[in-house]
Amino acid sequence: MSGWLEWLTGQKGRSADSAKERLKLVLINDRTDLPPAQMEALKNEILEVISRYIEIDPTSVSITMSQEGREQRLLADIPLKSIQQRKRGRDY
Amino acid sequence: MAATVLTITSGKGGVGKTTTTANLAVALAMDGKKVVCIDGDIGLRNLDVILGLENRIVYDLVDVVEGRCRLRQAMIRDKRLPELYLIPAAQTRDKNAVSPSDMVHLCDELRADFDWILIDSPAGIERGFRNAIAPADLVAVVTNPEISAVRDADRIIGLIEAEEKGPSRLIINRLNPMLVKRGDMMTADDVLELLAIELLGIVPEDEHVVMGSNRGQPVAMDEKSRAGEAFHNISRRLNGEDVPLMNLEVKNDFFSRLSRIIRSGGNQA
Repeated sequence: MSGWLEWLTGQKGRSADSAKERLKLVLINDRTDLPPAQMEALKNEILEVISRYIEIDPTSVSITMSQEGREQRLLADIPLKSIQQRKRGRDY
Repeated sequence: MAATVLTITSGKGGVGKTTTTANLAVALAMDGKKVVCIDGDIGLRNLDVILGLENRIVYDLVDVVEGRCRLRQAMIRDKRLPELYLIPAAQTRDKNAVSPSDMVHLCDELRADFDWILIDSPAGIERGFRNAIAPADLVAVVTNPEISAVRDADRIIGLIEAEEKGPSRLIINRLNPMLVKRGDMMTADDVLELLAIELLGIVPEDEHVVMGSNRGQPVAMDEKSRAGEAFHNISRRLNGEDVPLMNLEVKNDFFSRLSRIIRSGGNQA
């Protein structure tokens, strides 16, 4: 029955979207020669070094690889804790 | 005359490099250019059968390189198109029989007499590929809108850049407009966004390609074929013309699908 509906309406799961999403990730790994596990280790080390100097909020950190043309770029967005937040942290 | 050397490569096998080489050679020759194509796939030659010239081979690329014949003796002239020549690959040797510098010398010898020298690269990233890109002025990467072909194309594009033969240009082959419309094949824009290189052309999937190969008559010789038209467009772009992309949109309403089913005898939607 659902097969007939799909046929009549021309709607189906869009497998092309999965192909594109999966390729995005695979190409990042291929181009940087950095497997996902290594990428995770890299993120953790970056955070560790930064938190040695300033207090950061590890839950809102985002470190991602972005593509601009054929160039890869490592983007890190690391929100710092303000003095107020730090004080509050100590109070509770 | 000073020929441009165009190498056609892909990384992955089976995406249509040889078909593309044969059809671009035919299209360029039909546009009045003097063209020689070289089969770089030593040990697995196929450009001869796709062009329908397999019965006329006497000498091959390795014979030229090893001095058993003169370059002119290994060049087969296509009788249908007097300005088209083929230098076939050796079938019983391996890729190490030829070096990248052999290819550079060979092309330098040919440059003065031709407008275009097309080299059909073997699949893979080893010696045969390096031989094929060594003399290249321009590299065309052929891919299909499929996950493995695009991944391998990305890898080969990186290698071409590293060899300072870039930027390469992309040919998206065997795009099926029906599947794209249904959302089950990546669009040309998806592939371009991922690979981020300049587009040379899009060739739709077309049964005339197989029929042409069967007969040794590349589809570019067939005026009714959509794929043939796409190859002619690429040929004109290579010669500096600004040719818009073909409209590959398919209607996919109920009646269009029904009429396709009736036309195909109910075998395929």
